[in-house]
Amino acid sequence: MSRHLKFVQGNVACAEAALYAGLEFFAGYPITPSSEIAEFMAKRLPQSGGKFIQMEDEIASICAIIGASLTGRKVMTATSGPGFSLMQEALGYAVMTEIPCVIVNVQRGGPSTGLPTHVSQGDVNQARYGTHGEHAIVALTASTHQDIFAITVDAFNFAETYRTPVILLLDETTGHLRERLDVPKKDEIATVGRLKTSVQQGVDYHPYLPREDGRLPMSDFGGAHRYNVTGLFHDMWGFPTESPKIVYGLIRHLVDKIEHNADQMTRWKEYYTDDAPTVLISYGAASRSALHLVENRRKRGEKLGLLELQTLWPFPHALVREKCRHARAVVVVEMNMGQVLQQVKLAVDQPEKVFLANRIDGELITPTDIQNIIHVIQGKGV
Amino acid sequence: MAKTRLVFSGSGGQGVITAGIIIAETAVLHEGLNAVQTQSYGAEARGGATRSDVIISDAPIYFPKVVQPNILVCLTQTAYTKYVPSLRPGGLLITDTRWVSIEKTVDARRFELPLTDTVSEKIGNSVVLNIAMLGAVVRLTEVVSPDAVKKVIKNRVPKDYLELNETAFDVGFDLAKKNQT
Repeated sequence: MSRHLKFVQGNVACAEAALYAGLEFFAGYPITPSSEIAEFMAKRLPQSGGKFIQMEDEIASICAIIGASLTGRKVMTATSGPGFSLMQEALGYAVMTEIPCVIVNVQRGGPSTGLPTHVSQGDVNQARYGTHGEHAIVALTASTHQDIFAITVDAFNFAETYRTPVILLLDETTGHLRERLDVPKKDEIATVGRLKTSVQQGVDYHPYLPREDGRLPMSDFGGAHRYNVTGLFHDMWGFPTESPKIVYGLIRHLVDKIEHNADQMTRWKEYYTDDAPTVLISYGAASRSALHLVENRRKRGEKLGLLELQTLWPFPHALVREKCRHARAVVVVEMNMGQVLQQVKLAVDQPEKVFLANRIDGELITPTDIQNIIHVIQGKGV
Repeated sequence: MAKTRLVFSGSGGQGVITAGIIIAETAVLHEGLNAVQTQSYGAEARGGATRSDVIISDAPIYFPKVVQPNILVCLTQTAYTKYVPSLRPGGLLITDTRWVSIEKTVDARRFELPLTDTVSEKIGNSVVLNIAMLGAVVRLTEVVSPDAVKKVIKNRVPKDYLELNETAFDVGFDLAKKNQT
């Protein structure tokens, strides 16, 4: 039997993957249901030569990882809704300054301190719009430990490739659930390293001057080059500017580098979507219930399909439109009031055929809940 | 194999969650099966009724919660009262005679085992009640092999407490065996 086989919580699968991806610095403030990630890092990160710091709060945590990333380290923090709210300002700073970092939000019920130990998927829109100003963001999720591992490595790779914060939207159910994890062998999943400038010491380094391919090589802060980093609109030197031309160019760059590469970042799984008149769209823990139902109904000849989204932002509108083209009904299964539902309605040709199957009471939506809602949509009653 | 759906219930501190983790980990690491483990986690985690849900199957497991267990263990009266209505008719019910009196007829294979009393008498340390319970479950369900469970226990338990836990497992296993006939 493989010595890499483990039986662990989803939070641990995420943490294992972060180490695999090359994490070197973690700053965090423990909060249910994400605390196991910090607990794991406190023990394991120093063993692999990295640094773990428990900060005084979530604001300090995200600021610490941004600073550490600027010095050339791969960084992560983990929190839940209340902490993610506190991180929004610095998240915008990381977007503006283009500093790679991974922020895990193991979602629990909200608003406010809400339901600390219960599941929710209420932070999908917060991940996208929580920080102010026009911008783009990357947010990923997964529903099994094997997929959480893979998507966590993707999160680090996207952060480095596009110089952006990446948000991992896990949830209480998958975070605390224990199941098998087969840790991939070294190099089985490709990892992207930091793109560093080839400009020598003593030669002018422009931190915000893109290469021909659009990428911005970094220089470890405090190292060979002196340069400025600011949350204000800035020029290629990193110094503040109000020049409309430069302001326009920067905001276009921040949005386009994500939106134009959306295809590269779209991750999904699909089950029986080809012939299904009813297609379910789900993600995270809710998609486990959806898949359970789909597999059970298939055995009885009912043609249900499932599109499981792993990339939530940038939202894969083209993919959703394609997979729902022949469906008579599309049912979005999620644990909020329809945050992904709204995007699916924007994506498809006939928004009136899109329905919501949700649960917002802190309990995991069950296959029976979904089936009852499908029966209502089909005019069969419950 | 059919899907085995277990609920271990009791009060906080009795170790039902640890027992659930051990049997599920055994299935995954040593039996080549799939298993998921979840727990009620919240205000109930201190006292009250605590439960640990385990599903073991050779097929993939998607929905991870147990709605209708076919194996239910109750170590307190409160847990029994709360969870026995969910037991699948014809399922297996294991209760501890010290703490649970069966109030009404349940359509189940019932095993009222003196787990707490036997552990007190033979080991004198009730901290391993959960492991004795696990021994009984393994004997009555045969869902995983006792040797494989012992491997997991060996990996999870501090060395100084290993013998205590192994003895507890055997006590529960033998007690179930005796009650089977």
